[in-house]
Amino acid sequence: MGYTRKVMEHFANPKNVGEMKDAHGVGRFGNTVDGDEVVIYIKVKNDFITDVSFKVFGCVAAIASASVFTEMIKGKRLEEAIQITKEDVSRALDGLPSEKIGCSVIAPDALRAAVDDYLKKQGRKK
Amino acid sequence: MERVYFDNSATTRIDTRVLEEMLPFFVHRFGNASSMHYFGREAYDALEVARQRTAKAIGATSREIIFTSGGTESDNLALQGVAFANMEKGKHIITTSFEHHAVLHTCHFLSGQGFRITYLPVSKEGLVDPEDLKKTIDKETILVSVMSANNEIGTIQPIRELAAIAHEGGALFHSDAVQSITKLPLDVAKDNIDLLSISAHKFHGPKGVGALYIRKGVKLRPLVFGGGQERGLRSSTENIPGIVGLGKAMELGMKEMEESVDKMTSLRDRLIEGTLSRVNGCHLNGHRTRRLCNNAHFRFDMVEGEALVLSLDMKGFAVSTGSACSTRSPETSHVLKAIGLRPEEGRGSLRVSLSKFNTTEEVNMFLESIGEIVERLRSMAPRGLGSGET
Ligand code: FES
Repeated sequence: MGYTRKVMEHFANPKNVGEMKDAHGVGRFGNTVDGDEVVIYIKVKNDFITDVSFKVFGCVAAIASASVFTEMIKGKRLEEAIQITKEDVSRALDGLPSEKIGCSVIAPDALRAAVDDYLKKQGRKK
Repeated sequence: MERVYFDNSATTRIDTRVLEEMLPFFVHRFGNASSMHYFGREAYDALEVARQRTAKAIGATSREIIFTSGGTESDNLALQGVAFANMEKGKHIITTSFEHHAVLHTCHFLSGQGFRITYLPVSKEGLVDPEDLKKTIDKETILVSVMSANNEIGTIQPIRELAAIAHEGGALFHSDAVQSITKLPLDVAKDNIDLLSISAHKFHGPKGVGALYIRKGVKLRPLVFGGGQERGLRSSTENIPGIVGLGKAMELGMKEMEESVDKMTSLRDRLIEGTLSRVNGCHLNGHRTRRLCNNAHFRFDMVEGEALVLSLDMKGFAVSTGSACSTRSPETSHVLKAIGLRPEEGRGSLRVSLSKFNTTEEVNMFLESIGEIVERLRSMAPRGLGSGET
């Protein structure tokens, strides 16, 4: 199976795994058919993501994608972070097998939900 | 790191005794079995020895054995060969919903060619019910094809009974025996089998070579046309080293079957009981005892199969999520669907398949690691066991 070294590194030692009890925003995204799911927790200061963590149920590509994605968004402005696409995630992993590109979308989608949750809690979004 | 190979349903390591017999046929005894001269006769003789060994192992005569490139080709030749040679009699074929893709995809092709295909259901335990065959067979049925043991979950089918029903109904009976050769005593006469598919690399022979047993009198249309080798049923210069290897592996496998089956059965039971007792939320797929001596197929709640397989690989264990050909697809395997698993249940499946070369120490090493690996993956998941939120 064609996983790059980068994917395997993130899978073996995923960064930022775990629940964050005092998160400012929590977002969940999943695929209801087979139960793949990512939950992203963020802390925000002045619209910058100061901390992030995640939990995941999914294949190797989903785990590695979530891990590299959290590294990519740490320190970014919210608006900038939500622009990151599945292609960006795949590129950061030196590529994913084509049938696994779909798995890399769950983390960005979960982040969008987390940002919404944060903005709602702030009263900046209904 | 010490590596442990537990993926013997995908392929096995060649037995050195088999390799030794093959080697001279690459360099010194390299003749073409169709040539008239000494080199050719030497190759031809080797071919016939292999044919006799293969035939003897399953209770056939040598004229009833055709060499192919492997199980897939044997299945194709059996199904398409019978279908196209017997279509004036009828165009109905019966198989099961959890056959190997070599059978299923051939059936899909044949259905596009105007054949009617019936797929028998499979029980939760992975068994085909002969009563279902009785209900479906009709005057138009020309062939019934049921594997002797499933390649993913290892369950053993009642082929003797199924073959008898096929014959009563006037149909031929084919069995894909790729997983069962040298693990189950198969006798084409006693078991009433008309066509049987064999693949060498599943029992310590080389890859790229297989055989099809075709009962005398059964009409087949070839798939490969050319120089007329293999009684015109499979033209192409014979892969002599491979065929020699197949014959030797078959002979050794049958001679040593009792001993290796006993060994694998006890390792399998240790593996099954050990895993089930060590890991919460772990289940066995397929019947507990009516399964191949070398197959343990588990399902872990809230664990994803691919992540499990690669986690085990990082610890040195080579296992599989299901059948080797479907690991690229994130979809639940058709076998697990056939036994009624929901997609989310099928996700956490793991096939551990043994060979006569595996040892108790290797099984113990696996048992020491599996719990920890499953726990690590579960600890990353948003939901805990039993689906309560964490
Ligand atoms: S997360 Fe569903 S297959 Fe990758």
